[in-house]
Amino acid sequence: MVKNIISRIYLFIILLFLYAPIVILMIFSFNDSKSRAKWNGFTLKWYESLFSDPDIKKALYYTIIIAILSSIISTIIGTLAAIGIHNMQKWKKIFIMNVTYLPILNPDIVTGISLMILFIFVNLKLGFTTMLLAHITFNIPYVILSVMPKLKQLNKHLYEAALDLGATPLYAFYKVILPEIMPGVITGALLAFTLSLDDFVISFFNTGSGVTNLSITIYSMARRGVEPTINALSTLMFIVVLILLFIVNKRTSKDTN
Amino acid sequence: MKKRWISYPYLLWMIIFIIVPLILVLCFSIFISTDNGLQFSLNNYKRFMEPLYLKVLWRSVVLAGISTIICLILGYPVAMILASKQMSKKSFLLFLCILPMWMNFLLRTYAWMTLLEKNGFINKILSFFGIGPFQLLYNNAAVILGMVYNFIPFMILPIYSVMKKIDPSVIEAAEDLGANQITVFKKIIFPLSLPGVFSGISMVFMPAVTTFVIPRLLGGGQFMLIGNLIERQFLLSGDWNFGSAVSIVMMIIILISMAIISKYDKEHEGGQLW
Repeated sequence: MVKNIISRIYLFIILLFLYAPIVILMIFSFNDSKSRAKWNGFTLKWYESLFSDPDIKKALYYTIIIAILSSIISTIIGTLAAIGIHNMQKWKKIFIMNVTYLPILNPDIVTGISLMILFIFVNLKLGFTTMLLAHITFNIPYVILSVMPKLKQLNKHLYEAALDLGATPLYAFYKVILPEIMPGVITGALLAFTLSLDDFVISFFNTGSGVTNLSITIYSMARRGVEPTINALSTLMFIVVLILLFIVNKRTSKDTN
Repeated sequence: MKKRWISYPYLLWMIIFIIVPLILVLCFSIFISTDNGLQFSLNNYKRFMEPLYLKVLWRSVVLAGISTIICLILGYPVAMILASKQMSKKSFLLFLCILPMWMNFLLRTYAWMTLLEKNGFINKILSFFGIGPFQLLYNNAAVILGMVYNFIPFMILPIYSVMKKIDPSVIEAAEDLGANQITVFKKIIFPLSLPGVFSGISMVFMPAVTTFVIPRLLGGGQFMLIGNLIERQFLLSGDWNFGSAVSIVMMIIILISMAIISKYDKEHEGGQLW
């Protein structure tokens, strides 16, 4: 009994440590003073200035466009890749999977600078295209890793049965394989979308000519000092991530059951 | 289902965007351009062995190491409490523990900037008691705090997922045989949780040792860590050759430690994020 109470108190303290900074940040996004310590009354003016700030609007636009494009492209390439890799001979499969793990295991900064070197080497101007290519590159492995387990569960005779019953390979793919692996595909797409929304390090090295995402904007603002509009921005981003996670979580718990 | 060709777009992508860039980094680190064209040289690696840079490496390893130990000390009990069977609303509490991990990394770091700065929240509370204000930002402790705060979910999660799989009947058997709680922990729970501990250590240490954002924002830039060193070579001083050499060294250190750790974590059950 005593042990249980101590456990609960300990857990509470850790959760306090984890959430107090976020909650304080959120509360002060409604504070009518630039100070982070004094409460001057409720206001929404930081949200207003957030929505009227052209830099943030542009960054938001790029963040969302890149997240959507990179998650769609990486889901298509990654899903096809997973199916192909699944049917390869063992040693080839092991080799390709090891390379696929590289962007996940490698420090972000190494992935970031290596892509930057490539883009500058081939004379591709750093900007929207390079950032998109970089995001697709680090998203594909996560899609492959989400789809692979579903392929392993798939009964391989299903596809053959469909072909025997006269389905064309393409028709069999759409009607038999795709519905079976769909949960993995959607989880991978959502994961890619979230990772792309959140990325800083790789984007930081692979962007240029005025193209930024929200993380880069926050970094440059934070480097200049504390700014209440960032508080407002964090509150909104936290809510969006919460909603996204809720969807992903619902999906994965449905999958495992 | 023999259609291997549908993975070819990815294989092409993989070669262009994963393999070629890494080869380019390697080339930049071992070739320098001289008057007679490119020349093989290990000078950039030798330069990294100078005391100035070794100190940076050492400082990164020490700060990341201290953060990892703190994460382990704080996180292990959390994982143990969450995995214990008496806890109600377990999955919700676990969700709460790992939720911050999905919040933007920069915002989490920024949150501490607003708390620690000179007229920030903590100093205001302290001044209420008549002490301070203190300079809480821009020192090693602030950097470690930032690392612990950002990476502790990566310690809790793998330990929890390993502990959850410990068969409760093993613990009951030990208790039936007369072991007290300390012995049960020492002889059963702790050894069985080691794979999770190892993957937790790697998942905290790796990002901590390579980060350049936390030292830049909470350390104020005067505390250069290895990530900052790389960033500077590419974005400020433009010395790609040296920056590449540092990156290669860091990559090798990390891949080797990953390989060692995955030996202890054979079933890969600790590393999963869901």
